[in-house]
Amino acid sequence: MDKRLILDSELLRITIFRLVEELIENHGDFTDTVLIGMQPRGIYLADRLHKRLEERLESSIPLGYLDVTFYRDDFRRRDSPIEANATDIPFLIEDKKVILIDDVLFTGRTTRAALDAMIAFGRPRLVELLTFIDRKYTRDLPIQPDYVGKRVNTLKTQRVLVEWTDQGAENDQIWLVTND
Amino acid sequence: MAKLSVKHLLGIKELTPEDIQLIFKTAEQFKEVINRPIKKVPSLRDITIANIFFENSTRTRLSFELAEKRLSADVVNFSSSNSSVKKGETLLDTVNNILSMKVDMVVMRHSSPGAPHFLSRHIDANIVNAGDGTHEHPTQALLDTFSMREKVGELKGKKIAIIGDILHSRVALSNIYALQKLGAEVMVCGPKTLLPKHIHELGVHVSLDVKEALAWCDVANILRIQLERQQLKYFPSLREYSLYYGIDKKMLDSLNKEIVVMHPGPINRGVEISSDAADSKQSIILNQVENGVAVRMAVLYLLAQSKPSQKA
Repeated sequence: MDKRLILDSELLRITIFRLVEELIENHGDFTDTVLIGMQPRGIYLADRLHKRLEERLESSIPLGYLDVTFYRDDFRRRDSPIEANATDIPFLIEDKKVILIDDVLFTGRTTRAALDAMIAFGRPRLVELLTFIDRKYTRDLPIQPDYVGKRVNTLKTQRVLVEWTDQGAENDQIWLVTND
Repeated sequence: MAKLSVKHLLGIKELTPEDIQLIFKTAEQFKEVINRPIKKVPSLRDITIANIFFENSTRTRLSFELAEKRLSADVVNFSSSNSSVKKGETLLDTVNNILSMKVDMVVMRHSSPGAPHFLSRHIDANIVNAGDGTHEHPTQALLDTFSMREKVGELKGKKIAIIGDILHSRVALSNIYALQKLGAEVMVCGPKTLLPKHIHELGVHVSLDVKEALAWCDVANILRIQLERQQLKYFPSLREYSLYYGIDKKMLDSLNKEIVVMHPGPINRGVEISSDAADSKQSIILNQVENGVAVRMAVLYLLAQSKPSQKA
């Protein structure tokens, strides 16, 4: 197994700051905008962005978590089933601008399921996708992110590993892992 | 591991404690789903489920059907009262005919103990036991323990009394298995004629005194007197039963603690439980019904995952 560092904690921090500035450029004071982090791994990134945004704007911004397990199209086609996580969206997204947040964009199937799942909470005015790592040329579906932390070239067989201190890792780091 | 160890839900006896915890964890997520404005997810949209009821049921059948529809499954219903079973068709033939129409799962209630087990040896579909005679009623036990856990926390070390007609109750047996697998202490209580002879061999406490049982327990699960299964007289009269074993609000108030009161329904008001006790704030009878849908969604969802022939 070969592990290559893509982003260290300093670069990761700077990237989060930069993404927040990009969001503010498009959404101003966030009066009609909400953040939704995708379970299970996108929520850590969503928490970080949310914290930084609230610091910057000095106001409170709605944040929810969305689990898409029950909406996936690969249910019963996977070798190892995935466990469902909590969905917690304590607000209506009717007529809101939604920023979907996930850590890694790979085939686009999770994002497709998320678009499906969101309908249960209302009809959003606009949905944008923010992803930290965009794996180039790996998409199964016509889905592209609006905000990107970093674009990387990867092989389908490789894996992007995102570590957050919030889930017990020593440092915030992102790795590209190649299995032998 | 997010997968059940079994392909069918025949009884609680066949489940591991990890299976039960996985069902609980999944049911919690489904409970959130059914409280949304849009209470539906597309998970089982390519699955067809047959509800085969050889015995009457309102609650269980409705609850299963709602669970199936909220998972977007296609549902067909069948009840024996208006079917070819009356013309002498065997169980296996009936079910095989239904399966030829490409049904993936079967939810079955039958008056003979072991009927779903028999079926599981002969057919390919996933089977969910919705009650087989006086044997097991696994989804009821799962929703009972799920509701208890919601109210009093993890069940390990908790004291649960099951009171009433134990002899004719499939709910009692499934509850005992489930509670023991979750580490709870169980007491059964009822008149001697309604307690199975060798019940203590299951490792449960036995009591003939309902006051003693109530004083001992944290949760009382009160069962219905199943008159339809009683060919013999097991007690002199309903009035006498309710005099000795009926639970009312006064009895609950006389305890020096607040216990949780449950009943799997349908209630014989004024027989095993009085209206003031059934409708008191200690009672979680209606929570049980709500949780029933979430728990059944979890069971169907998790069983559908284990279907090998569907894999691409």
